[in-house]
Amino acid sequence: MIYFDNSATTQAAPAVVETYAKVSQKVWGNPSSLHNFGENAFHLLEQSRHQIADLIGAKTSEIFFTSGGTEGDNWVVKGTAIEKRSFGKHLITTAVEHPAIHNSMAQLADLGFDITYLPVDQEGRINPADLKAAIRPDTILVSVMAVNNEIGTIQPLLDVAEILKPYPKIHFHVDAVQGIGKGIQNLIMNDRVDFVTFSGHKFHAPRGVGFIYARQGRKLAPLMTGGGQEDNWRSGTENVPAIAGMAKALRLLLTDETAKVARERAIKQRVYDHIKDLPKVTIFSQPTAGFAPHILCFTINGVRGETIVHAFEDQGIYISTTSACSSKKHLASSTLMAMQVPEAIATSAIRISLDENNTLAEADEFNRVFDNLYQKFSKINADA
Amino acid sequence: MQYTEIMVRYGELSTKGKNRRNFIDSLGRNVRKALHDFPTLKVHADRDRMHISLHDEDAQGVMDRLQLVFGIQNFSPSIRVAQDMDEVYATAIAMVQAQFKPGMTFKVNTRRSDHHFEYDTNEINDMLGGQILDHVAGIQVKMQHPDIVIRVEVRMNGIFLSSETINGAGGLPVGTAGKGMLMLSGGIDSPVAGYLGMKRGVDMEMVHFFSPPYTSEQALAKAKQLASTLASYSGSVKFIQIPFTEIQEEIKEKVPEGYLMTVQRRLMMRLMDAITRERHGKAIFNGESLGQVASQTMDSMIAINDVTALPVLRPVISMDKTEIIKVAEKIDTYNLSIMPFEDCCTIFAPPAPKTHPKLDRSRSYEERIDVAGLMQRAMDGIKISEIKPGENYMNAQEDVFAELL
Repeated sequence: MIYFDNSATTQAAPAVVETYAKVSQKVWGNPSSLHNFGENAFHLLEQSRHQIADLIGAKTSEIFFTSGGTEGDNWVVKGTAIEKRSFGKHLITTAVEHPAIHNSMAQLADLGFDITYLPVDQEGRINPADLKAAIRPDTILVSVMAVNNEIGTIQPLLDVAEILKPYPKIHFHVDAVQGIGKGIQNLIMNDRVDFVTFSGHKFHAPRGVGFIYARQGRKLAPLMTGGGQEDNWRSGTENVPAIAGMAKALRLLLTDETAKVARERAIKQRVYDHIKDLPKVTIFSQPTAGFAPHILCFTINGVRGETIVHAFEDQGIYISTTSACSSKKHLASSTLMAMQVPEAIATSAIRISLDENNTLAEADEFNRVFDNLYQKFSKINADA
Repeated sequence: MQYTEIMVRYGELSTKGKNRRNFIDSLGRNVRKALHDFPTLKVHADRDRMHISLHDEDAQGVMDRLQLVFGIQNFSPSIRVAQDMDEVYATAIAMVQAQFKPGMTFKVNTRRSDHHFEYDTNEINDMLGGQILDHVAGIQVKMQHPDIVIRVEVRMNGIFLSSETINGAGGLPVGTAGKGMLMLSGGIDSPVAGYLGMKRGVDMEMVHFFSPPYTSEQALAKAKQLASTLASYSGSVKFIQIPFTEIQEEIKEKVPEGYLMTVQRRLMMRLMDAITRERHGKAIFNGESLGQVASQTMDSMIAINDVTALPVLRPVISMDKTEIIKVAEKIDTYNLSIMPFEDCCTIFAPPAPKTHPKLDRSRSYEERIDVAGLMQRAMDGIKISEIKPGENYMNAQEDVFAELL
């Protein structure tokens, strides 16, 4: 079995599962309880928070646990809207964000907020000049993803930061769900960024856990109100086993990050080199530094993405159409549509996404299977 | 720089005569204790200076510890070379180059205790100064307030060079002033009072009253953690815990509400008196600051102090809360102190304690309880432990957790 769908989700690491199990069995007190048992869970929670903060270069007080990337994105977008609505009702994002951002923005638009969607170029990247032109006196949030989940484009976050420096009142949010552990921490945790979203299951932690970074001094209205956990920012009994597992997973992820990134890049390059000259192949992700090392998106022209996914599946290789979130709806890739790729091609796109455990041998196996499928589809669909 | 020795200058030797030896011996003992886990270094406490030969130990690690030891005015990491001017030149030039930035000035300051060495201090100053001027482009000599001072000490066993002077903690070596007992509650003020007392040379023992189940295990752990932080200044401290529950319950039952606090405090003070005498202490220390709470008025002090003839010393008596907090932050006790656990001073606290209790009434209300019996049982329940710097009481699970994470 070859698993090339790590941008959809990753397998929880055995060491992480072990932590999850041990904590569930031994440190299962409620961290808010006064007795020793609760106190113990509280300490583990805080030690996890401390470790995570250290790993991403933040302060312990700047880490807030969530249920994952979707909650984090919803929280920053809506929390900013609520917190800062008296200052303005204009939010800026990009045309290629994850639905967690887009649909949050759409809800706010229904409530009378004004949203600007920055366009992208043929590589799926925004032009910082467009952002500069879009900023208004009533702008309260700029939200830009670090790495596009469908084709792997790295957005120019340092340019965005530079543009936002004269606007200290605007919240700057980065969705780093696909960006963590990909060698771009200096872009994500830049001097100007205020909020960053992370999701555990994208880096071998359990499902249903994530965290946000919130710069000290910045405020966000809570979406989850209740018992006042997380310093009143996010109520709900903390998921201590998953949080501890995530702290461990993050540590493992960021150990030898450079070597892991290089390995992913090499695998991506090998597939890229193999398919790049084929006449019926269109590639959207480049092997250059402007793209994440782990995502490669392309089409076999004229063959529907889901057909290819199932054909690979028959050979024990798991890939996906551009994003797991949109695939069951049979929608064309929203990123490719935003890049002005014709709909017929956009519906054909497939994505392979790697992690640090994949190997060059798997790339060779993928290439071998790919050749067979390519020939077969070329015969069936001669004019494609 | 690979340092070979750290030269320590003593703090105020206000105590002269025979006490000087006592001061130096105590400081030597405290320094050895603070550096106990650097096995190869040697501490020589001489009459004027203390010399710590590093052998292969980590100079920075040693200096971090030294900075906390009371009785040290300042110290300089030094390099020993042979009695050979060429070696002196090479080492001094390297030292200057490590610090030099364009525009800086320097001077050489030589002391010579080995008078058989062929050059005298002025000659050494001249020769070495010339070498530095020749080898470090752009540097200038300045006698008043130079940026870099190269200190040269010619001793029998070599020539010692240093260029840095690092301030120590000042004060007197812990132990030179005798033993005292600190009432350590867990709040912000008492650890600061303890620190200030230790700075004046007091060998401080930490006394903590606890009242389970009204106060939690965490409150006790917090007091121990504070004691561990204070232990950094002396190497280790004794922690004495006194059970106080029965006394508080009895007082609550028998004493009118307005005098609850006063009588409680009188009982605490009686116990402090008893334990101090038993352990040959000479004074009671606490964190009272005038006017801060009901028990800290002069009238309250009259009513409470009534039960002991020992000196009750209050190092923070005239400090503002903000000044106390500043010290607490400096000595790293503040964040611990503000952790929210009930302590025995807050439980059973009446809504309106008397800020000006009358001495005679305090005495007569106290007679309603069985002072002798309660004290006896409290004294029987005392537990004493040794607490060292760096010990972890708040989160004993940290290592276990570290494996999980």
